[in-house]
Amino acid sequence: MKEQLTVALIGNPNSGKTSLFNALTGLNFKVSNFPGTTVEKKVGICKLANDIVAQVVDLPGTYSLYPKSADELVTYDMLRNKSEINFPDLVLFIADASNLKRNLLLLSQVADLGVPVILALNMVDLAEKRGVFYDIEVLSEALKIPVLSINARKRNGIDEIKKMMLEEHHGNRSTYFNIDFLEVQFLDEVSVITDKKNHYAGLQYAINAANFNTPKSKQIKQLFEKYQFDSKAFQEKEILERYHIIDDAVRLSRKQKPGSFAKSFTNKLDKILTHRFSGLSIFLLLMFLVFQAIFSLSIYPMEWVEILFMKSSEYIQQSLPDGILNDLIVHGILAGLSGVMVFLPQIIILFAFIAVLEDVGYMARVGFIMDRIMRPFGMNGKSIVPLISGMACAVPSIMASRSIENKKERLITILVIPLMSCSARLPVYTLLISMLVPDNSHFGPFNMKGIVLMFMYFIGFAAALFSAFIFKFFVKTETKNFFLMELPSYKVPVLNNILITLYDKGKAFVWGAGKIIVAVSVILWALASFGPREKMYSIDQKYIELAKSPNTLFTTEALVAQKSSEKLQASYAGEFGKWIEPAIRPMGFDWKIGIAILTSLAAREVFVGTMSTIYSVGGDIGDLNSIRHKMLSEINTETGKPVYSIATVLSLLIFYAFALQCMSTVSIVRSETKSWKWAGIQFIYMTTLAYLSSFIVFHIFS
Amino acid sequence: MNLAELKYNQEALVVKVKDNELSLKLLEMGLLPGETVLLENIAPFGDPIAIRVGEYKMCIRLQDATQIEIKLK
Repeated sequence: MKEQLTVALIGNPNSGKTSLFNALTGLNFKVSNFPGTTVEKKVGICKLANDIVAQVVDLPGTYSLYPKSADELVTYDMLRNKSEINFPDLVLFIADASNLKRNLLLLSQVADLGVPVILALNMVDLAEKRGVFYDIEVLSEALKIPVLSINARKRNGIDEIKKMMLEEHHGNRSTYFNIDFLEVQFLDEVSVITDKKNHYAGLQYAINAANFNTPKSKQIKQLFEKYQFDSKAFQEKEILERYHIIDDAVRLSRKQKPGSFAKSFTNKLDKILTHRFSGLSIFLLLMFLVFQAIFSLSIYPMEWVEILFMKSSEYIQQSLPDGILNDLIVHGILAGLSGVMVFLPQIIILFAFIAVLEDVGYMARVGFIMDRIMRPFGMNGKSIVPLISGMACAVPSIMASRSIENKKERLITILVIPLMSCSARLPVYTLLISMLVPDNSHFGPFNMKGIVLMFMYFIGFAAALFSAFIFKFFVKTETKNFFLMELPSYKVPVLNNILITLYDKGKAFVWGAGKIIVAVSVILWALASFGPREKMYSIDQKYIELAKSPNTLFTTEALVAQKSSEKLQASYAGEFGKWIEPAIRPMGFDWKIGIAILTSLAAREVFVGTMSTIYSVGGDIGDLNSIRHKMLSEINTETGKPVYSIATVLSLLIFYAFALQCMSTVSIVRSETKSWKWAGIQFIYMTTLAYLSSFIVFHIFS
Repeated sequence: MNLAELKYNQEALVVKVKDNELSLKLLEMGLLPGETVLLENIAPFGDPIAIRVGEYKMCIRLQDATQIEIKLK
């Protein structure tokens, strides 16, 4: 029987916690959320000895046990209750040696909860470059905690840590901050209410619970009043006293030698990267590079994904007997999946860039230099990267907004990201713009189509900023908005860290978007394939007759295309189109467009495919020219005018720019915000915006 | 004098933080009364600023910096 230790990995942000977690567990980890929160929970397995493994729980980086939100309160709950099954056998605390004093504050708080702690001293090399040397033995003695020097990024000292985890999980504890100066009776009562045996754990939980709206906060506030306990004053006293104790330990073990912070590499680089001119230029250049890479590097891999799906569709189509199952798998599930998975290469490239920028420490600088611009829109500097990435695909960008610590700013960013024109809109824009602008039209030296396309991207960006500005007044959060952020020292990127991030994000995208897309595709497939029995039957009969009679007018291919067009129009999707026609008529849309709006809920570019089916282009759906011609020659039977007037095409363009026609986005927003509420609000506000704008555009131009 | 008034490359001592909530956050992040701060970087649009506190660099918005009372060294 294997023995399993539970180890909590704790440390400040930027202390190298992720590197250490990766070094300990490799790909052997699972990501979920802490129950009831949006805080990511990573749990990995690490083999310590032949018969002992450690279950390593990566707790979110923090500066103290007094968190900023109720969410974070939950994450540290596992440390507060000894009776809980998840109570760790050991805390592995990682500290940045180049900034030891601040890191040890959290360590002292954690130790006072009554958990055995070992200290992994990271980035010793960086500290030494700045002339700061620590005597590990003296430090260990002063802190009364086992200490080990490691380099998480270079994976030095990992075996020693595993050995130490085996040895040290039994005991050793010391109290740093003594709360005996408080009345015992008060502490006992706190312990009863909070259900924590350890006095400090109880009091700490109570202070947090009183600050946030938790079920017990009223009861706790009354207790504080009864004993005239001032929690703010207590916290201040606690922190100052802890620093006092830490100061002594640090001073004893520390030796100063020549070297300085001011001359450090980070400081020199920051002079350039945060500079008024060079800083902004380098940032814009980098974003341009990222954007270029997303589109140009992804061309071939995207083709491979398409070919892969095409080949497997062909294979299944041929190997399964004709019938509903065959049709469902090929035209329902595989077609739907292929429409979304084709974006996987772009997503991987985007995350590769983001992971590198994050790993080297540049991301914090982006937040720093862009903060002033983004702030009026209720976002912070870090929002710019997810926003720009939104031009590739909203799904990974929404995932990337996790780097924004402030809840309100993160939520606003998530809400407006899908307004950025993503690559799934590109085929739709291309088709519609080609119906609008003659092929060889130019504006000066520029291609007119290109200008219109650029304008569409601009409109998306403007709408995103505008909506963010509005949301600023409606989104409320429980805590004040401080943008206190460490600008960590620059580091050489570690390939292992980046690959693990890519694996994690890629998996999250494939599963997250894949699940919902399969479900949506199956429903849409059923709506488009089935219809009222009599209608469908008579179409079948008609074409059986046509096929029998020798007909020289139509080729077989044309007949097949004609038949699928008629069937689609007679299907439930067609019925739906007719049913919503009164609602979409004010935007200048007819029921056929209604069908395409429905089917493109799976992914926007499906619009093009549906149009080609409706207008029975058949064969290669990539043939834009023939779809365009058929659409343009469509005449409205009631008015005798073309269906696709300039007003209608413009209105459609605007509709696709603003409407949330993407179920993968809805599902990722739900999982990232942990509620249907925000996903719903987003869907409704974007649809309303699209509807109103299209309505206005249609009426201006008709 | 407050932190928002500090000039580039100037050093000062922290006296106290006026805003209570901000004060606790800053204490946790090592910005204690008596600690030395140095203005190291200014963002391209003049706000926020990056200051050195103890052994690391922290960024703070000017509106929050006005809450921090300092005196020149």
